[in-house]
Amino acid sequence: MSDSVILAVNVRKKYGETTALDGLDLVVDRGEIFGIVGPNGAGKTTAMDCMAGMRRPDSGEIRTLGLDPTVDSQLLRRKVGLQQQESELPERIRVGEVFKLFRSLFGIDEPGMDLLEKVGLAEKTDAFFSELSGGQKRRLFVALAMVHDPELIMLDELTSGLDPKGRRDLWSLVKNSKGNGRTVVLSTHYMDEAQKLCDRVAIMDRGKVVALGTPDALVRKYCPGLRLRLGCGDDFRPEHAADLEGVLGVRVRDGTCVMDLEDAGAVVPVIRALSEKGTDLGDLHTEVPTLEDVFMAVTGKDYGESDG
Amino acid sequence: MNRTGNTAGIRRLGMMELKLYLREPSAFFFTLIFPLLLMLLFGSIWGNKPFPGKTFGYIDYSTASFISIVLLTACVMNLTVNIASYREKGILRRYMSTPLSPVSFLLAETGAILAITSMGVILLLIAGKFFFGMHFRGNLLEALAAFLLSCGAMAGLGFIPASLASSARSGTVAANVIYFPMLFLSGAMLPQDMLPGTLRTISEILPQTHVIRLMRDIWLGERLSDHPVEIAVLVGTLVVGTVFATRMFRWD
Repeated sequence: MSDSVILAVNVRKKYGETTALDGLDLVVDRGEIFGIVGPNGAGKTTAMDCMAGMRRPDSGEIRTLGLDPTVDSQLLRRKVGLQQQESELPERIRVGEVFKLFRSLFGIDEPGMDLLEKVGLAEKTDAFFSELSGGQKRRLFVALAMVHDPELIMLDELTSGLDPKGRRDLWSLVKNSKGNGRTVVLSTHYMDEAQKLCDRVAIMDRGKVVALGTPDALVRKYCPGLRLRLGCGDDFRPEHAADLEGVLGVRVRDGTCVMDLEDAGAVVPVIRALSEKGTDLGDLHTEVPTLEDVFMAVTGKDYGESDG
Repeated sequence: MNRTGNTAGIRRLGMMELKLYLREPSAFFFTLIFPLLLMLLFGSIWGNKPFPGKTFGYIDYSTASFISIVLLTACVMNLTVNIASYREKGILRRYMSTPLSPVSFLLAETGAILAITSMGVILLLIAGKFFFGMHFRGNLLEALAAFLLSCGAMAGLGFIPASLASSARSGTVAANVIYFPMLFLSGAMLPQDMLPGTLRTISEILPQTHVIRLMRDIWLGERLSDHPVEIAVLVGTLVVGTVFATRMFRWD
């Protein structure tokens, strides 16, 4: 309890008629990388803003680093580094200039340019903000969130809109910034990102946390089974597969058959049985369920559908 | 913890904003050039020959008006539109995540704007001296004090639309609502005694009228101690604008 960095209880926030947070509860522990995941519009940004003291919730309790963000927002800003989702800088400001400016706004005199090096912008210190690529801008914002060596780093939609290389660069940056009791909270609508990067995740939908735990535990709890996927011809008879021991369900779509299995133990018997029936197993592979499947299991909605 | 934050940070932000202005000179070109053109236009019509029975002419009498137009354009128009466009682009939200307070932010912005204003004033003084042989008859220190107080009052006035306007477009509209009445009714463009009764009364409540009167009379040799009303109005404007910004300033 004493080691929780963020504690949110029954937090609600409405914008006019739209409910952004509908009773949010979560606890973030010290030293972890905590992910808030969910489709766009789930309330992730509002949740981050309320916890960072950037927005005032309508009701509920929040303690961030032991402080009430609605009362001590000024003090909190010295301890929290926030990278905001939608954020800009003047076009004609240089990377080095904005970096030094933010250091001095936090009352730090030395330039500390090694952080720019860490985010891979050392060569860009003289470039104007408008000359940076999307990924470079994002990395600059991450660096600006860390200029004052905050105890808690909050990154809102860290990698949305970036190419795979840009995403991987930022992931390793986040992994390396953990440590010394520092905590990272990040929000993302990429489930795979949360799964790879986070120690624990909170899955949000419609302003609430619908599931919370380590990615592995969530998958084990909500999607304990395994999936088999194989290409099949027109002569494939789904009912042959469905009748097999350990098979929970079979779907055939566009020449691909997907079978949900009870557990890993069912894999070998099912494959043997299929092979005995003369099924072509040329491109068969197994799939482990992901957080997207967890989202589906918990909300009953397809993850892609609720996006947007 | 100090609410206004650290002076080094505010100073750096002010210098940075000034640099940004200088990198985008088109934004304040009008601020510097418009009052200068007015001076050249009216000066070429009226010259600076002493009025009958007086020791000063048109340019000596009107320099304060031209300076007040620089102040008005910079502190109301440029300040508002610049801050509103920062708000629109989400740049202010970035500053919000630092310990910078709204008033510290406005202080830094005002510092940058005043540097631009001073350039405009220097241009006017050079032109007035060079083309019209203007004469300053006041006390230099008091003139400087009157100028700084005028800057403060006009900035305080600018804080009001700058605290709220959510986009460059609405900022321009809000600034115009202040800008044009002040330009035409304060004696900056037209002599105040040409105005009919009602307009004249309105004119008396405009801070710019008091800016002009204070700076002009000091220019012509009067002392600060002769103008308690003007000083009170200008200090009041600064205080009201600052208090308004403290309570109402929106980062987004």
